Amino acid sequence: MQVKNENWKPLIVAFCCNWCSYAGADLAGTNRLNYPADVKIIRVPCSCRVNPMFILRAFQRGADGVIVCGCHPGDCHYTSGNYYARRRMTLLFSMLDYLGIEKGRTRVEWVSAAEGQKFAETMNSFVETITSLGENKRLEDLRCKTE
Amino acid sequence: MQRIGVFVCWCGSNIAGTVDVKKVAETLGHEPGVVFSTDYQYMCSQSGQDLVKDSIRTYNLTGVVICSCSPRMHENTFRKAAASVGLNPYMVEIANIREQVSWIHKDMETATEKAIILGRAAIAKVHLNAPLIAGETPVTKRALVIGGGIAGIQTALDIAEAGFEVDIVEKSPTIGGKMAQIDKTFPTLDCAACILTPKMVEASQQENINIYAFSEVDEVKGFVGNFTVKIRRKARYVKEELCTGCGLCTEKCPQKKVPDEFNLGLSNRRAIYIPFAQAVPKVATIDPNYCTMLKTGKCGVCSKVCGVKAIDYTQKDEIVERKYGAIVVATGFEPIKVDKFEEFAYAQSPDVVTSLEYERLMNAAGPTGGTLLRPSDKTHPHTIVFVQCVGSRCDEKSEKGKPYCSKVCCMYTAKHAMLTREKYPDTEVYVFYIDVRTPGKNFDEFYRRAVEHYGVHYVKGMVGKVTPENGKLKVQASDLLDNRQLHIDADMVVLAAAIEPDKSARPLATMLTASMDTNDFFTEAHPKLRPVESPTAGVFLSGMCQGPKDIPETVSQASACAAKVIGLLVKDKLVGNPCVAHSDEMMCNGCSQCQNVCPYGAITYTEKEFRMPDRTTAVRRVAQVNPAVCQGCGACTVTCPSGAMDLFGFSNNQIMAEVDAICK
Repeated sequence: MQVKNENWKPLIVAFCCNWCSYAGADLAGTNRLNYPADVKIIRVPCSCRVNPMFILRAFQRGADGVIVCGCHPGDCHYTSGNYYARRRMTLLFSMLDYLGIEKGRTRVEWVSAAEGQKFAETMNSFVETITSLGENKRLEDLRCKTE
Repeated sequence: MQRIGVFVCWCGSNIAGTVDVKKVAETLGHEPGVVFSTDYQYMCSQSGQDLVKDSIRTYNLTGVVICSCSPRMHENTFRKAAASVGLNPYMVEIANIREQVSWIHKDMETATEKAIILGRAAIAKVHLNAPLIAGETPVTKRALVIGGGIAGIQTALDIAEAGFEVDIVEKSPTIGGKMAQIDKTFPTLDCAACILTPKMVEASQQENINIYAFSEVDEVKGFVGNFTVKIRRKARYVKEELCTGCGLCTEKCPQKKVPDEFNLGLSNRRAIYIPFAQAVPKVATIDPNYCTMLKTGKCGVCSKVCGVKAIDYTQKDEIVERKYGAIVVATGFEPIKVDKFEEFAYAQSPDVVTSLEYERLMNAAGPTGGTLLRPSDKTHPHTIVFVQCVGSRCDEKSEKGKPYCSKVCCMYTAKHAMLTREKYPDTEVYVFYIDVRTPGKNFDEFYRRAVEHYGVHYVKGMVGKVTPENGKLKVQASDLLDNRQLHIDADMVVLAAAIEPDKSARPLATMLTASMDTNDFFTEAHPKLRPVESPTAGVFLSGMCQGPKDIPETVSQASACAAKVIGLLVKDKLVGNPCVAHSDEMMCNGCSQCQNVCPYGAITYTEKEFRMPDRTTAVRRVAQVNPAVCQGCGACTVTCPSGAMDLFGFSNNQIMAEVDAICK
């Protein structure tokens, strides 16, 4: 029986590549496009730098959703990094789904440096999905909790 | 344990307006390892930087966290400040609390909370930062300019004059680009050829410039300062070094019915041709799609008439490999295809022309020798309708048109209208427009002259339909200011087609790993502060490939671009990016997976001797990263099954620490 926590707010980790998506997030900021503060961005050089370990760790530490953002296919600053990311994440996400982390909690999105609007829209829709899925309890490691 | 200083920037009210900066500084001050924490109005200002420098000295800081704007903005500023007082610049981390916090969140409490979390993540990362030393790589002192239009020519000339060698690669048989096709230029009405052709000649005579006409870029490898480019010199079937450009072959060739692309198909040329009289290099080219000799093996007229024996039917494409320090993209534009706009009947009537075709019809060197004649019956037109914004400023979702303003159409239409009325005062000229946009020096005066002095009828409204009927073009249009329908029997309709980037730009962008926007224009490194550089180091942008612009703007951008290239080429050495991959040889098992995913070929293998715990020695195959070639994407770090690969500056532990700090 799951108890509803009234004060629960989703915790979302976004990995953004330095060249496209992080710049897209900056552009969303420059254009003052709102998205919820639940999203916390970690800058990585390329989406292919996102080790599946980072995502597992995030879920273990109580994240409710993880999103990986990179350059559009064909536009990767490092030519092919986002293709590696796409394949790795496809595998990881289906494994996570098997473990009970629903597919909706994980996502890969392509956001270019010019797409501030898309970044904000993506984050808004992702937060909405996570909010409707509720708290993530599956992989959370209680030993990690400080309280 | 690091000794960390935290500096929270107000950015005036940009951050302080929504984030409680005092609270952020105070809370972060209690984080482990933080020995000093403060806030300041403008951290990036001289006094702000001095504050950082003084604190590094006073508190003997080993790590610095700046909570301010995006690291894409000021990371370098603070790294330099740290370096100036002896702290390794890679011990500085930025928490982005402006673009990612204060500008997107309105509620102070939430914003402050998020700013603290981002600050914590940065502190967690700094704890694991290690001093990094950037390597140096030499610079090849030669530039490549891709595209030989006015943008490419101007950039090449400026670089060459500074004393550096430049190669121009142009895909058509001559340099000159679109400007060579234009008749007159606005707003001065001086002839385009008169100002362009001397520049073309200058480029061909300048000893530092080498022109590869009728060539294309096949492959680009390497990085800033050290590019290796493969150039495909397409077969002309004419030996460039022998041909004198006398033009005898182009007169004798029996194949006369080849549409002339320089005149946009309004006239014919031979199968062996020189695009136009002032072509540079002035060398004949055989069009293999039409040449009877190349197709059937029977003819050979050009070879017989050529006095210098320059014709070579067996010529093949040749690949040249050259090294460059900088690459300039000047691929330019082309007008969009207008036949998809069926309402204007471009495909139905030859008298419906695009503005560039009209330009050729007005040009003294054009298919009609400068006399304005209808393409259908070669008679003089008495009523001409100009339609503006054909494909420009369309709906974002439109599949036919472009969302942007093509910028030059208003002005060249005013020019066309004016020139037509001046040459043929008996002609009625109508211009249908959505808005007339004339910002620029002497531009609005020019447009007003067209209306007031030359009596051009400007009508606000769009043309709904053009119907060819009995040799006339029935134009249906609406006059929005008078709120009435207009029916005009026109002799010619001229469409101001939107401009789009050249088709060759997209594959080139992929080769250069330079980014493009949704319309295939190249993106600049910063829209305001770095407008001629692409985000990819060593790749520069010149002219229309970056966005619509007129000739003076193109020339200014071309010269600005040259200045940036010269700034790069004068350096003997470039300081590299130390955030590169490295392998832990003790952990590496030599599986080659990292080598397979590396896009730069930076990973090699070597046999190394290791001392085993039982005091024997074993030889193992281990990966080694060449730091000068590695660009630091991190693909190898994730693919490595033993976890031997890691990335300086973005190590597994650092990112993990950030995750932990965020998910606390």
